[in-house]
Amino acid sequence: MVNRRMVLVAAALAAAVLTTPVSAQDKSIVVSSTTSTQDSGLFGHILPLFKEKTGIDVKVIAQGTGQALDTGRRGDADVVFVHAKSAEEKFLAEGEGVKRYPVMYNDFVLIGPKSDPAGVRGMKDIAKAFQTIKEKQASFISRGDRSGTHIAELAIWNRDAGIDIEKDKGPWYKSIGQGMGAALNVAGASDAYVLSDRGTWLSFKNKGDLQILVEGDKRLFNQYGVMLVNPDKHPNVKKDLGQQFIDWLISPEGQKAIANYKINGEQLFYPNADDRSA
Amino acid sequence: MGNPHEFIGIFVFSFRKLTYGREQLSYLNSFNRAATASGKAMTALQLVLTGDPGLFAIVRLSLLVSLGAVLFAALVGVPAGALLALTRFPGRDVLIVILNALMGLPPVVAGLAIFLLLSRSGPLGSWGILFTPQAMVIAQTVLVTPIIAALTRQTIEDLWVEYRDEFAAMGIGPGRRVVTLIWDARFSLVTALLAGFGRAAAEVGSIIIVGGNIDGFTRTMTTAIALETSKGDLQLAVGLGLVLIFIVVVINALAWAMRHAGERYAG
Amino acid sequence: MRAQASNLPLTFLDASIVARDVIILNCVTLTVASGSPTILIGPNGSGKTTLLRAAMGIIPLSSGRITWGDRERDRPPNSAIMFQRPAMLRRTAAANVRYALAASSIPRAQRRERTAELLTLVGLHELGSRPARSLSGGEQQRLALARALARDPSVLFLDEPTASLDPYSTKAIEDIVRTVSARGVKVMMSTHDIGQAKRLAGDVVLLHRGRLIENSPATEFFATPHTEEARRFIAGELLI
Repeated sequence: MVNRRMVLVAAALAAAVLTTPVSAQDKSIVVSSTTSTQDSGLFGHILPLFKEKTGIDVKVIAQGTGQALDTGRRGDADVVFVHAKSAEEKFLAEGEGVKRYPVMYNDFVLIGPKSDPAGVRGMKDIAKAFQTIKEKQASFISRGDRSGTHIAELAIWNRDAGIDIEKDKGPWYKSIGQGMGAALNVAGASDAYVLSDRGTWLSFKNKGDLQILVEGDKRLFNQYGVMLVNPDKHPNVKKDLGQQFIDWLISPEGQKAIANYKINGEQLFYPNADDRSA
Repeated sequence: MGNPHEFIGIFVFSFRKLTYGREQLSYLNSFNRAATASGKAMTALQLVLTGDPGLFAIVRLSLLVSLGAVLFAALVGVPAGALLALTRFPGRDVLIVILNALMGLPPVVAGLAIFLLLSRSGPLGSWGILFTPQAMVIAQTVLVTPIIAALTRQTIEDLWVEYRDEFAAMGIGPGRRVVTLIWDARFSLVTALLAGFGRAAAEVGSIIIVGGNIDGFTRTMTTAIALETSKGDLQLAVGLGLVLIFIVVVINALAWAMRHAGERYAG
Repeated sequence: MRAQASNLPLTFLDASIVARDVIILNCVTLTVASGSPTILIGPNGSGKTTLLRAAMGIIPLSSGRITWGDRERDRPPNSAIMFQRPAMLRRTAAANVRYALAASSIPRAQRRERTAELLTLVGLHELGSRPARSLSGGEQQRLALARALARDPSVLFLDEPTASLDPYSTKAIEDIVRTVSARGVKVMMSTHDIGQAKRLAGDVVLLHRGRLIENSPATEFFATPHTEEARRFIAGELLI
């Protein structure tokens, strides 16, 4: 008799675990975004507000920008929300996305050890800072994961500092293939420099000896855009719910929520959905 | 015990409520709220003591996924291991070597394979279960089944050597033999299940890929630890780690006690 | 207990078993009729165990035949075997017996009663709820005997049942064998203990290196052995 009961329990557990809760009330969308945005804590702040207003559950998959866009290309997400304009425009050109809406921006900062072995503290020119780091062969951590931050970092090396980093890198340049938090951890542990977005930096809890050494250069500007994955290519995309999310992000209400997100009184993201050129 | 249908109904209902607690509670929000309120960091252990619902949601999901995986792996692996122990066919030795090797299947590899299968652009995309707890159960089942099957095979084969003559003497048919061996070896098989559970509860590589580590939905203890570590929140990560270890120890202790009591009864 | 007289005699006709180029049984021709116990004796390695297992259908013959009554069968009808080192199922003593009863298709309703009967017969009725593996060597042997008898066999094979037992347990087993034999069950038992053969035998069969050396009623065998090997074996010499 015990055995039969155990079989019933096992069957019930099996049923519970395997059956998908498919019901009309189940409103949710999958948004693929970046680890920087996630690590900054922004989603924890704005998503409950969105849920309260619309009843829609937003499930965020956080990856590097490249992977996030690929997730959209595979149709595994309904909306992509990343910060690498060139990659996003390529996504649109491929017909994978419907329309790109600018949402907000923040900036990148060059983080390094308090001891500043390359002597770049306070520089106003980020390209010059990178050149100095390379000359001094100071340890530099790159995310190496095709994320928005990584793409920005490469742009500074290649476009602004005139260095073909793929060819000219040496053992001082360490590409780790992981997210911003991991990169900061590695930088802190090895007294190295790393380019980070301000949001992740502010909410990072293991700063140790690291500090912001260079900031404010216009080339460190980091724009975020949101796109609906093309439902013509992927019929499973929840286009109504997804569009509701996009509409809310760029609405005055959503923009205000973004602006209100602060860590230690400091604002992380600056809403600019009305800036058509962003 | 009343009407079994009632029992199943209530059971399934409550488990569904448990699995799909939709409040999207973020343990992190609780953590941050506590930190700003008290002015100093609150460890995860304190969260446990205060019964933080977000943390409990994570623990609950971890247990459901891993226990669910062990259950399915046992349903497949125990009979398979028993059959492998008792039958002889060409290629059997090769199969045993492969099975033993699969015990060490890297979780990330399993996760990647399941991910490619379940992605919308993959062959099973129409199931639509990527980035859900179901996908995590599937991935962990794949990891755990070889362990249970291989250990079952070893256990049953050892017992078979002992029982073989008696079975022949008593004229026991093949189906009966399998059932008798599995039943008589049940306590050793519990150890195999525990090994499987240990593997499932400890791994993060496969479930983070197929689950997506979604806050409030597919975040388990191990994936939360990975995330918090990468965010630099080592205190919280350590706290979660201690909770995880504690749970695994408790489960092992329960299994040991059950085995101990059972063996005293049946020898 | 019923005796299916039509199943006997058990006959080995030129039975041989060869394994990996080693001859274990060598053209054994033997007839085992109903009646008092047939005791197989011979040195270790003479093929006693193999002969019993072949009779039980556990080991196939390499050549020759085994017939029961007049017919050749795959499985011997209604017989049971007890091994030298019996395996105890990991359950209670009574559960072991119940298992054997179930295997013989005894209906569930009768099993409890039959189990009690059998346990009483072998003197284990007070140990029924003990885990079988916790019983002593002698008790386990008696339990194995109860399991074998659960099949209500007409022929009972015993492979050196008391080889590792103390005299007390040995006597217990021998008493059961006598009781069972008196009820009409044909017992065929192997032993290397001449004394035991003298105590129990109706007929004695001597094996040496797989060959049947001598087969005669006990009184005749011990008083006037026909073969040289038999004479030397009875005298206590080592047969090489």
